[in-house]
Amino acid sequence: MYRQAKTGKLMIEILRDKCDFCGCCVGICPEDAIELKEAEIYIIDARCTNCSKCVWSCPIEVIKFNREGVLV
Amino acid sequence: MKTNYDIIVVGAGPAGSIAARYAAEQGVSVLILEKDRDVGYPVRCGEAISKAGVEEFIPSDEKWIAAHIEKFSLNSPDGTEAIVEFEDAGYVLERRIFDYALAKTAANAGAEILTRAYVNGLIIEDNKVAGVKYEYRGEPKEVKAKIVIGADGVESRIGRWAGLKTFVHFRDMECCAQVTAAQINLDPNTLYFYFGEEYAPGGYFWAFPKGMNTANIGLGVSGMVGKQRSALSYLNNFMTKRYPDAPVLTSIAGGVPSTVTLEKISAPGIMLVGDAARQVNPLSGGGIASGMIGGSIAGRIAGESIKLNKPDHVLTYDKAWHDRLGKRHETFERIKNGIYNFSDDKFNKIAHSFNKVPKDKRSLGRLFTTALINQPSLLVDIAKVFVI
Repeated sequence: MYRQAKTGKLMIEILRDKCDFCGCCVGICPEDAIELKEAEIYIIDARCTNCSKCVWSCPIEVIKFNREGVLV
Repeated sequence: MKTNYDIIVVGAGPAGSIAARYAAEQGVSVLILEKDRDVGYPVRCGEAISKAGVEEFIPSDEKWIAAHIEKFSLNSPDGTEAIVEFEDAGYVLERRIFDYALAKTAANAGAEILTRAYVNGLIIEDNKVAGVKYEYRGEPKEVKAKIVIGADGVESRIGRWAGLKTFVHFRDMECCAQVTAAQINLDPNTLYFYFGEEYAPGGYFWAFPKGMNTANIGLGVSGMVGKQRSALSYLNNFMTKRYPDAPVLTSIAGGVPSTVTLEKISAPGIMLVGDAARQVNPLSGGGIASGMIGGSIAGRIAGESIKLNKPDHVLTYDKAWHDRLGKRHETFERIKNGIYNFSDDKFNKIAHSFNKVPKDKRSLGRLFTTALINQPSLLVDIAKVFVI
Protein backbone atom coordinates (compact mmCIF):
# COMPACT_ATOMS: atom_id res chain seq x y z
CA MET A 1 0.00 0.00 0.00
CA TYR A 2 1.18 3.48 -0.86
CA ARG A 3 -0.31 6.04 1.43
CA GLN A 4 0.45 9.48 2.66
CA ALA A 5 3.36 8.95 5.05
CA LYS A 6 2.13 11.04 7.96
CA THR A 7 -1.62 10.55 7.80
CA GLY A 8 -1.77 7.04 6.29
CA LYS A 9 -4.61 8.11 4.03
CA LEU A 10 -5.19 7.45 0.33
CA MET A 11 -3.85 10.22 -1.93
CA ILE A 12 -5.89 9.75 -5.10
CA GLU A 13 -9.40 11.05 -4.74
CA ILE A 14 -12.27 10.48 -7.17
CA LEU A 15 -14.97 13.12 -6.85
CA ARG A 16 -17.79 10.62 -7.25
CA ASP A 17 -20.58 13.14 -7.39
CA LYS A 18 -19.02 14.72 -10.47
CA CYS A 19 -17.86 11.51 -12.19
CA ASP A 20 -19.34 10.48 -15.54
CA PHE A 21 -18.25 6.82 -15.13
CA CYS A 22 -16.65 6.84 -18.59
CA GLY A 23 -13.86 4.36 -17.86
CA CYS A 24 -10.98 6.42 -19.26
CA CYS A 25 -9.05 6.18 -15.97
CA VAL A 26 -9.66 2.42 -15.74
CA GLY A 27 -8.13 1.87 -19.19
CA ILE A 28 -5.07 3.88 -18.21
CA CYS A 29 -4.43 2.50 -14.74
CA PRO A 30 -1.31 0.29 -14.91
CA GLU A 31 -2.26 -1.49 -11.67
CA ASP A 32 -5.92 -2.33 -12.39
CA ALA A 33 -6.69 -0.38 -9.24
CA ILE A 34 -10.00 1.23 -10.20
CA GLU A 35 -13.34 -0.53 -9.88
CA LEU A 36 -16.12 0.87 -12.07
CA LYS A 37 -19.69 -0.38 -12.12
CA GLU A 38 -22.68 1.19 -13.85
CA ALA A 39 -22.64 4.36 -11.74
CA GLU A 40 -20.26 3.50 -8.93
CA ILE A 41 -16.51 4.01 -8.86
CA TYR A 42 -13.77 3.54 -6.32
CA ILE A 43 -10.04 2.96 -5.94
CA ILE A 44 -8.86 -0.46 -4.86
CA ASP A 45 -6.49 0.95 -2.30
CA ALA A 46 -4.31 -2.16 -1.95
CA ARG A 47 -3.28 -1.75 -5.59
CA CYS A 48 -3.04 2.04 -6.06
CA THR A 49 0.54 3.35 -6.25
CA ASN A 50 -0.40 7.07 -6.45
CA CYS A 51 1.13 7.26 -9.95
CA SER A 52 -1.43 9.95 -10.89
CA LYS A 53 -1.93 8.82 -14.50
CA CYS A 54 -5.69 8.73 -13.83
CA VAL A 55 -5.53 12.32 -12.62
CA TRP A 56 -3.86 13.48 -15.84
CA SER A 57 -6.16 11.57 -18.15
CA CYS A 58 -9.54 12.35 -16.62
CA PRO A 59 -11.35 14.37 -19.34
CA ILE A 60 -13.52 16.24 -16.85
CA GLU A 61 -11.15 16.84 -13.92
CA VAL A 62 -12.87 14.71 -11.33
CA ILE A 63 -9.79 12.84 -10.06
CA LYS A 64 -7.51 14.77 -7.74
CA PHE A 65 -4.14 14.14 -6.19
CA ASN A 66 -4.37 15.11 -2.56
CA ARG A 67 -1.05 15.70 -0.82
CA GLU A 68 -2.47 15.30 2.63
CA GLY A 69 -4.39 12.17 1.81
CA VAL A 70 -8.12 11.61 1.96
CA LEU A 71 -10.38 9.41 4.02
CA VAL A 72 -12.27 6.86 1.94
CA MET B 1 -30.50 -19.28 -18.27
CA LYS B 2 -27.99 -22.10 -18.31
CA THR B 3 -24.90 -22.38 -16.10
CA ASN B 4 -22.69 -23.40 -18.98
CA TYR B 5 -22.26 -21.83 -22.42
CA ASP B 6 -19.94 -22.38 -25.35
CA ILE B 7 -19.13 -18.67 -25.53
CA ILE B 8 -19.62 -15.71 -23.19
CA VAL B 9 -19.30 -12.17 -24.54
CA VAL B 10 -18.69 -9.44 -21.96
CA GLY B 11 -20.15 -6.16 -23.19
CA ALA B 12 -23.04 -5.44 -25.57
CA GLY B 13 -21.57 -2.60 -27.66
CA PRO B 14 -21.19 -2.97 -31.42
CA ALA B 15 -18.09 -5.21 -31.19
CA GLY B 16 -19.65 -7.50 -28.58
CA SER B 17 -22.99 -7.83 -30.35
CA ILE B 18 -21.37 -8.61 -33.70
CA ALA B 19 -19.01 -11.15 -32.11
CA ALA B 20 -22.01 -12.83 -30.43
CA ARG B 21 -23.97 -12.85 -33.67
CA TYR B 22 -21.20 -14.37 -35.80
CA ALA B 23 -20.65 -17.07 -33.18
CA ALA B 24 -24.36 -17.81 -32.62
CA GLU B 25 -24.97 -18.09 -36.35
CA GLN B 26 -22.84 -21.23 -36.29
CA GLY B 27 -25.21 -22.94 -33.87
CA VAL B 28 -23.11 -22.67 -30.70
CA SER B 29 -24.57 -21.34 -27.43
CA VAL B 30 -23.74 -17.70 -26.65
CA LEU B 31 -24.46 -15.46 -23.67
CA ILE B 32 -23.85 -11.69 -23.65
CA LEU B 33 -23.35 -10.01 -20.24
CA GLU B 34 -23.85 -6.23 -20.13
CA LYS B 35 -23.06 -4.23 -17.00
CA ASP B 36 -25.49 -1.38 -17.63
CA ARG B 37 -29.27 -1.51 -17.44
CA ASP B 38 -29.57 -0.77 -21.13
CA VAL B 39 -27.83 -1.84 -24.28
CA GLY B 40 -26.59 1.26 -26.09
CA TYR B 41 -26.80 3.63 -23.16
CA PRO B 42 -25.01 5.71 -21.97
CA VAL B 43 -23.49 6.73 -25.31
CA ARG B 44 -19.78 7.55 -25.24
CA CYS B 45 -19.11 8.49 -28.80
CA GLY B 46 -19.12 11.19 -31.51
CA GLU B 47 -21.33 8.78 -33.49
CA ALA B 48 -19.93 9.34 -37.00
CA ILE B 49 -19.32 6.33 -39.26
CA SER B 50 -18.88 5.62 -42.97
CA LYS B 51 -21.74 4.03 -44.85
CA ALA B 52 -19.55 1.11 -45.93
CA GLY B 53 -18.53 0.53 -42.32
CA VAL B 54 -22.18 0.11 -41.31
CA GLU B 55 -23.47 -1.84 -44.25
CA GLU B 56 -21.00 -4.66 -43.94
CA PHE B 57 -23.05 -5.64 -40.86
CA ILE B 58 -26.55 -4.18 -40.99
CA PRO B 59 -28.67 -2.58 -43.74
CA SER B 60 -29.02 1.20 -43.31
CA ASP B 61 -32.14 2.17 -41.43
CA GLU B 62 -33.46 5.71 -40.91
CA LYS B 63 -34.41 4.72 -37.35
CA TRP B 64 -30.82 5.06 -36.21
CA ILE B 65 -29.52 7.63 -38.70
CA ALA B 66 -29.44 11.12 -37.21
CA ALA B 67 -27.76 12.75 -40.22
CA HIS B 68 -26.52 11.82 -43.69
CA ILE B 69 -23.01 13.07 -44.37
CA GLU B 70 -21.82 14.37 -47.74
CA LYS B 71 -19.03 16.76 -46.80
CA PHE B 72 -16.11 17.24 -44.44
CA SER B 73 -15.24 20.76 -43.38
CA LEU B 74 -11.67 20.94 -42.11
CA ASN B 75 -10.85 24.14 -40.30
CA SER B 76 -7.34 25.41 -39.74
CA PRO B 77 -6.35 27.56 -36.75
CA ASP B 78 -6.64 30.87 -38.65
CA GLY B 79 -10.24 30.05 -39.63
CA THR B 80 -9.57 28.87 -43.19
CA GLU B 81 -12.08 26.22 -44.17
CA ALA B 82 -11.18 23.38 -46.54
CA ILE B 83 -14.19 21.43 -47.80
CA VAL B 84 -14.01 17.88 -49.10
CA GLU B 85 -17.14 16.48 -50.76
CA PHE B 86 -18.24 12.85 -50.91
CA GLU B 87 -21.16 11.01 -52.32
CA ASP B 88 -23.06 9.00 -49.74
CA ALA B 89 -20.11 9.14 -47.37
CA GLY B 90 -21.69 8.14 -44.10
CA TYR B 91 -23.86 8.91 -41.15
CA VAL B 92 -24.03 10.42 -37.75
CA LEU B 93 -25.72 7.65 -35.81
CA GLU B 94 -28.20 7.58 -32.99
CA ARG B 95 -26.06 5.12 -31.07
CA ARG B 96 -28.59 4.23 -28.40
CA ILE B 97 -30.90 2.94 -31.17
CA PHE B 98 -28.12 1.56 -33.37
CA ASP B 99 -26.55 -0.52 -30.58
CA TYR B 100 -30.00 -1.86 -29.75
CA ALA B 101 -30.56 -2.88 -33.37
CA LEU B 102 -27.21 -4.70 -33.45
CA ALA B 103 -27.95 -6.51 -30.18
CA LYS B 104 -31.28 -7.59 -31.65
CA THR B 105 -29.50 -9.18 -34.62
CA ALA B 106 -27.36 -11.12 -32.13
CA ALA B 107 -30.46 -12.18 -30.20
CA ASN B 108 -32.20 -13.22 -33.43
CA ALA B 109 -29.20 -15.38 -34.28
CA GLY B 110 -29.72 -17.19 -30.96
CA ALA B 111 -27.55 -15.31 -28.45
CA GLU B 112 -28.93 -14.74 -24.95
CA ILE B 113 -28.46 -11.30 -23.37
CA LEU B 114 -28.40 -10.38 -19.68
CA THR B 115 -28.18 -6.72 -18.65
CA ARG B 116 -27.18 -5.39 -15.21
CA ALA B 117 -24.64 -8.21 -15.04
CA TYR B 118 -21.33 -6.78 -13.83
CA VAL B 119 -18.44 -9.13 -14.54
CA ASN B 120 -15.85 -8.86 -11.76
CA GLY B 121 -13.56 -11.84 -12.30
CA LEU B 122 -12.64 -14.82 -14.42
CA ILE B 123 -12.80 -18.52 -13.65
CA ILE B 124 -9.43 -20.02 -14.52
CA GLU B 125 -8.97 -23.80 -14.81
CA ASP B 126 -5.76 -25.51 -15.94
CA ASN B 127 -4.24 -22.15 -16.93
CA LYS B 128 -7.14 -21.47 -19.24
CA VAL B 129 -10.07 -19.08 -18.98
CA ALA B 130 -13.12 -21.24 -18.24
CA GLY B 131 -15.87 -18.75 -17.41
CA VAL B 132 -16.67 -15.54 -15.56
CA LYS B 133 -17.75 -14.39 -12.12
CA TYR B 134 -20.31 -11.63 -12.08
CA GLU B 135 -22.64 -9.67 -9.90
CA TYR B 136 -26.29 -9.64 -10.89
CA ARG B 137 -28.56 -7.29 -8.95
CA GLY B 138 -26.23 -7.41 -5.97
CA GLU B 139 -25.73 -11.18 -5.90
CA PRO B 140 -22.49 -12.96 -6.83
CA LYS B 141 -22.90 -15.50 -9.65
CA GLU B 142 -20.74 -17.66 -11.88
CA VAL B 143 -21.17 -18.99 -15.37
CA LYS B 144 -18.87 -21.31 -17.27
CA ALA B 145 -17.81 -21.12 -20.91
CA LYS B 146 -15.27 -22.61 -23.26
CA ILE B 147 -14.38 -19.20 -24.66
CA VAL B 148 -14.78 -15.72 -23.14
CA ILE B 149 -14.80 -12.75 -25.52
CA GLY B 150 -13.88 -9.48 -23.78
CA ALA B 151 -15.81 -6.62 -25.41
CA ASP B 152 -15.63 -4.52 -22.27
CA GLY B 153 -14.60 -1.30 -23.94
CA VAL B 154 -11.91 1.17 -22.96
CA GLU B 155 -11.60 -0.33 -19.46
CA SER B 156 -10.47 -3.68 -20.87
CA ARG B 157 -10.18 -5.48 -17.55
CA ILE B 158 -11.26 -8.92 -18.81
CA GLY B 159 -8.05 -9.13 -20.84
CA ARG B 160 -5.89 -8.08 -17.89
CA TRP B 161 -7.39 -10.73 -15.67
CA ALA B 162 -6.50 -13.28 -18.34
CA GLY B 163 -2.90 -12.07 -18.29
CA LEU B 164 -2.93 -9.88 -21.43
CA LYS B 165 -1.31 -6.49 -21.19
CA THR B 166 -4.19 -4.14 -21.96
CA PHE B 167 -3.58 -0.83 -20.19
CA VAL B 168 -2.92 2.13 -22.44
CA HIS B 169 -0.10 4.60 -21.93
CA PHE B 170 -1.72 7.92 -21.05
CA ARG B 171 0.02 9.52 -24.03
CA ASP B 172 -1.98 7.22 -26.34
CA MET B 173 -5.34 7.81 -24.70
CA GLU B 174 -7.43 10.50 -26.36
CA CYS B 175 -9.36 12.00 -23.46
CA CYS B 176 -12.66 13.24 -24.81
CA ALA B 177 -15.46 15.50 -23.67
CA GLN B 178 -18.61 16.13 -25.68
CA VAL B 179 -21.94 17.87 -25.46
CA THR B 180 -25.03 17.33 -27.58
CA ALA B 181 -26.41 20.82 -27.94
CA ALA B 182 -29.46 22.39 -29.61
CA GLN B 183 -29.72 25.63 -31.62
CA ILE B 184 -26.50 24.88 -33.47
CA ASN B 185 -26.73 26.27 -36.98
CA LEU B 186 -24.40 24.12 -39.03
CA ASP B 187 -24.89 22.49 -42.41
CA PRO B 188 -26.92 19.36 -41.57
CA ASN B 189 -24.87 17.15 -43.92
CA THR B 190 -21.34 18.23 -43.05
CA LEU B 191 -18.90 16.94 -40.45
CA TYR B 192 -16.85 19.83 -39.05
CA PHE B 193 -13.29 19.35 -37.79
CA TYR B 194 -11.12 21.98 -36.14
CA PHE B 195 -7.36 21.70 -35.72
CA GLY B 196 -4.77 23.59 -33.75
CA GLU B 197 -3.51 24.65 -30.34
CA GLU B 198 -6.61 26.60 -29.41
CA TYR B 199 -9.05 23.79 -30.18
CA ALA B 200 -7.37 20.49 -29.36
CA PRO B 201 -3.57 20.19 -29.38
CA GLY B 202 -2.49 16.71 -30.45
CA GLY B 203 -6.04 15.77 -31.41
CA TYR B 204 -9.00 17.42 -33.06
CA PHE B 205 -12.20 19.21 -32.21
CA TRP B 206 -15.44 18.15 -33.88
CA ALA B 207 -18.99 19.29 -34.51
CA PHE B 208 -21.19 16.58 -35.98
CA PRO B 209 -24.78 17.53 -36.89
CA LYS B 210 -27.55 15.31 -35.54
CA GLY B 211 -30.62 16.77 -37.22
CA MET B 212 -33.02 19.52 -36.13
CA ASN B 213 -30.16 21.92 -35.41
CA THR B 214 -28.65 19.70 -32.76
CA ALA B 215 -25.03 18.56 -32.91
CA ASN B 216 -22.42 16.51 -31.08
CA ILE B 217 -19.70 18.98 -30.21
CA GLY B 218 -16.56 17.68 -28.59
CA LEU B 219 -12.87 17.02 -28.70
CA GLY B 220 -10.15 14.60 -27.84
CA VAL B 221 -6.71 15.46 -26.50
CA SER B 222 -3.88 13.14 -25.59
CA GLY B 223 -3.43 12.39 -21.88
CA MET B 224 -0.12 14.20 -22.31
CA VAL B 225 -2.06 17.41 -22.96
CA GLY B 226 -4.59 16.49 -20.27
CA LYS B 227 -1.78 16.64 -17.75
CA GLN B 228 -1.72 20.43 -18.28
CA ARG B 229 -5.30 21.15 -19.24
CA SER B 230 -8.39 18.95 -19.41
CA ALA B 231 -10.60 18.18 -22.40
CA LEU B 232 -13.50 19.74 -20.52
CA SER B 233 -11.84 23.13 -20.28
CA TYR B 234 -11.18 23.19 -24.07
CA LEU B 235 -14.82 22.29 -24.64
CA ASN B 236 -16.11 24.97 -22.28
CA ASN B 237 -13.87 27.50 -23.96
CA PHE B 238 -15.27 26.68 -27.42
CA MET B 239 -18.89 26.68 -26.27
CA THR B 240 -18.54 30.00 -24.44
CA LYS B 241 -17.00 31.61 -27.51
CA ARG B 242 -19.29 30.24 -30.20
CA TYR B 243 -22.51 28.97 -28.67
CA PRO B 244 -22.87 30.65 -25.28
CA ASP B 245 -26.65 30.26 -25.23
CA ALA B 246 -27.03 26.81 -26.78
CA PRO B 247 -29.11 24.46 -24.61
CA VAL B 248 -27.09 21.36 -23.76
CA LEU B 249 -29.05 18.10 -24.01
CA THR B 250 -26.31 15.65 -23.04
CA SER B 251 -22.81 16.03 -21.74
CA ILE B 252 -20.43 13.08 -21.68
CA ALA B 253 -16.80 12.13 -21.24
CA GLY B 254 -14.81 9.20 -22.54
CA GLY B 255 -11.44 7.74 -23.35
CA VAL B 256 -10.47 6.62 -26.84
CA PRO B 257 -7.41 4.36 -27.03
CA SER B 258 -5.83 5.87 -30.15
CA THR B 259 -2.98 3.58 -30.89
CA VAL B 260 -2.12 0.31 -32.54
CA THR B 261 -3.85 -2.91 -31.51
CA LEU B 262 -2.56 -4.73 -28.42
CA GLU B 263 0.37 -7.04 -29.00
CA LYS B 264 -1.79 -10.03 -28.05
CA ILE B 265 -5.57 -10.12 -28.35
CA SER B 266 -6.10 -13.82 -27.72
CA ALA B 267 -4.93 -16.48 -25.28
CA PRO B 268 -6.31 -19.92 -24.36
CA GLY B 269 -10.05 -19.43 -23.76
CA ILE B 270 -10.03 -15.66 -24.25
CA MET B 271 -10.34 -13.17 -27.12
CA LEU B 272 -10.61 -9.37 -27.05
CA VAL B 273 -12.60 -7.22 -29.48
CA GLY B 274 -13.29 -3.53 -30.13
CA ASP B 275 -11.93 -0.86 -27.78
CA ALA B 276 -10.92 -3.61 -25.35
CA ALA B 277 -8.46 -4.91 -27.96
CA ARG B 278 -7.51 -1.32 -28.88
CA GLN B 279 -8.92 -1.81 -32.38
CA VAL B 280 -9.78 1.87 -32.82
CA ASN B 281 -8.53 3.57 -36.00
CA PRO B 282 -5.70 5.65 -34.50
CA LEU B 283 -5.91 8.37 -37.14
CA SER B 284 -9.63 9.17 -36.88
CA GLY B 285 -10.38 7.80 -33.43
CA GLY B 286 -13.32 5.96 -35.02
CA GLY B 287 -13.99 2.63 -33.39
CA ILE B 288 -17.50 1.49 -34.38
CA ALA B 289 -16.68 0.01 -37.77
CA SER B 290 -13.30 -1.42 -36.81
CA GLY B 291 -14.78 -2.83 -33.61
CA MET B 292 -17.50 -4.60 -35.59
CA ILE B 293 -14.89 -6.01 -37.97
CA GLY B 294 -12.84 -7.26 -35.01
CA GLY B 295 -16.01 -8.69 -33.49
CA SER B 296 -16.97 -10.50 -36.66
CA ILE B 297 -13.56 -12.13 -37.00
CA ALA B 298 -13.46 -13.14 -33.33
CA GLY B 299 -17.05 -14.44 -33.39
CA ARG B 300 -16.42 -16.51 -36.49
CA ILE B 301 -13.20 -18.02 -35.15
CA ALA B 302 -14.71 -18.68 -31.71
CA GLY B 303 -17.66 -20.51 -33.29
CA GLU B 304 -15.34 -22.57 -35.49
CA SER B 305 -13.15 -23.44 -32.54
CA ILE B 306 -16.15 -24.84 -30.64
CA LYS B 307 -17.53 -26.75 -33.60
CA LEU B 308 -14.16 -28.27 -34.53
CA ASN B 309 -13.41 -28.87 -30.86
CA LYS B 310 -10.03 -27.23 -31.40
CA PRO B 311 -9.33 -24.84 -28.49
CA ASP B 312 -6.09 -23.61 -30.06
CA HIS B 313 -7.97 -22.28 -33.07
CA VAL B 314 -8.77 -19.08 -31.10
CA LEU B 315 -5.09 -18.15 -31.30
CA THR B 316 -5.41 -17.67 -35.08
CA TYR B 317 -7.48 -14.54 -34.33
CA ASP B 318 -4.43 -12.31 -33.84
CA LYS B 319 -3.15 -12.89 -37.35
CA ALA B 320 -6.61 -12.74 -38.96
CA TRP B 321 -7.17 -9.31 -37.38
CA HIS B 322 -3.69 -8.10 -38.28
CA ASP B 323 -4.18 -9.04 -41.93
CA ARG B 324 -7.63 -7.43 -42.16
CA LEU B 325 -7.02 -4.13 -40.33
CA GLY B 326 -4.31 -4.31 -37.67
CA LYS B 327 -1.52 -3.76 -40.17
CA ARG B 328 -3.32 -0.79 -41.68
CA HIS B 329 -3.74 0.74 -38.23
CA GLU B 330 0.03 0.66 -37.79
CA THR B 331 0.37 2.90 -40.82
CA PHE B 332 -2.46 5.16 -39.60
CA GLU B 333 -0.65 5.46 -36.29
CA ARG B 334 2.47 6.78 -38.02
CA ILE B 335 0.46 9.29 -40.04
CA LYS B 336 -1.30 10.39 -36.88
CA ASN B 337 2.00 11.00 -35.15
CA GLY B 338 3.05 13.14 -38.12
CA ILE B 339 -0.14 15.16 -38.53
CA TYR B 340 -1.14 15.75 -34.93
CA ASN B 341 2.24 17.24 -34.19
CA PHE B 342 1.85 19.91 -36.87
CA SER B 343 2.16 23.49 -35.71
CA ASP B 344 -0.73 25.92 -36.21
CA ASP B 345 1.29 27.56 -38.96
CA LYS B 346 1.56 24.27 -40.84
CA PHE B 347 -2.17 23.56 -40.59
CA ASN B 348 -2.85 27.03 -42.00
CA LYS B 349 -0.46 26.54 -44.90
CA ILE B 350 -2.05 23.20 -45.78
CA ALA B 351 -5.55 24.73 -45.78
CA HIS B 352 -4.40 27.66 -47.94
CA SER B 353 -2.72 25.48 -50.56
CA PHE B 354 -5.59 22.99 -50.56
CA ASN B 355 -8.07 25.75 -51.36
CA LYS B 356 -6.05 26.58 -54.49
CA VAL B 357 -6.81 23.11 -55.86
CA PRO B 358 -9.76 23.22 -58.33
CA LYS B 359 -12.98 22.43 -56.50
CA ASP B 360 -13.79 19.23 -58.39
CA LYS B 361 -10.36 17.83 -57.57
CA ARG B 362 -10.51 18.31 -53.81
CA SER B 363 -10.49 14.92 -52.14
CA LEU B 364 -9.12 13.51 -48.89
CA GLY B 365 -6.26 11.99 -50.87
CA ARG B 366 -5.51 15.42 -52.31
CA LEU B 367 -5.60 16.92 -48.84
CA PHE B 368 -3.02 14.40 -47.64
CA THR B 369 -0.91 15.16 -50.68
CA THR B 370 -1.05 18.82 -49.75
CA ALA B 371 -0.04 17.93 -46.22
CA LEU B 372 2.92 16.12 -47.72
CA ILE B 373 4.35 19.23 -49.33
CA ASN B 374 4.60 20.54 -45.80
CA GLN B 375 5.96 17.34 -44.30
CA PRO B 376 7.73 15.23 -46.95
CA SER B 377 8.65 12.45 -44.51
CA LEU B 378 4.97 11.49 -44.37
CA LEU B 379 5.16 10.39 -48.00
CA VAL B 380 6.02 6.77 -47.36
CA ASP B 381 3.23 6.28 -44.84
CA ILE B 382 0.57 8.05 -46.86
CA ALA B 383 1.54 6.16 -50.00
CA LYS B 384 0.97 2.95 -48.06
CA VAL B 385 -2.59 3.92 -47.14
CA PHE B 386 -3.54 4.40 -50.75
CA VAL B 387 -1.63 1.40 -52.07
CA ILE B 388 -2.84 -1.17 -49.54
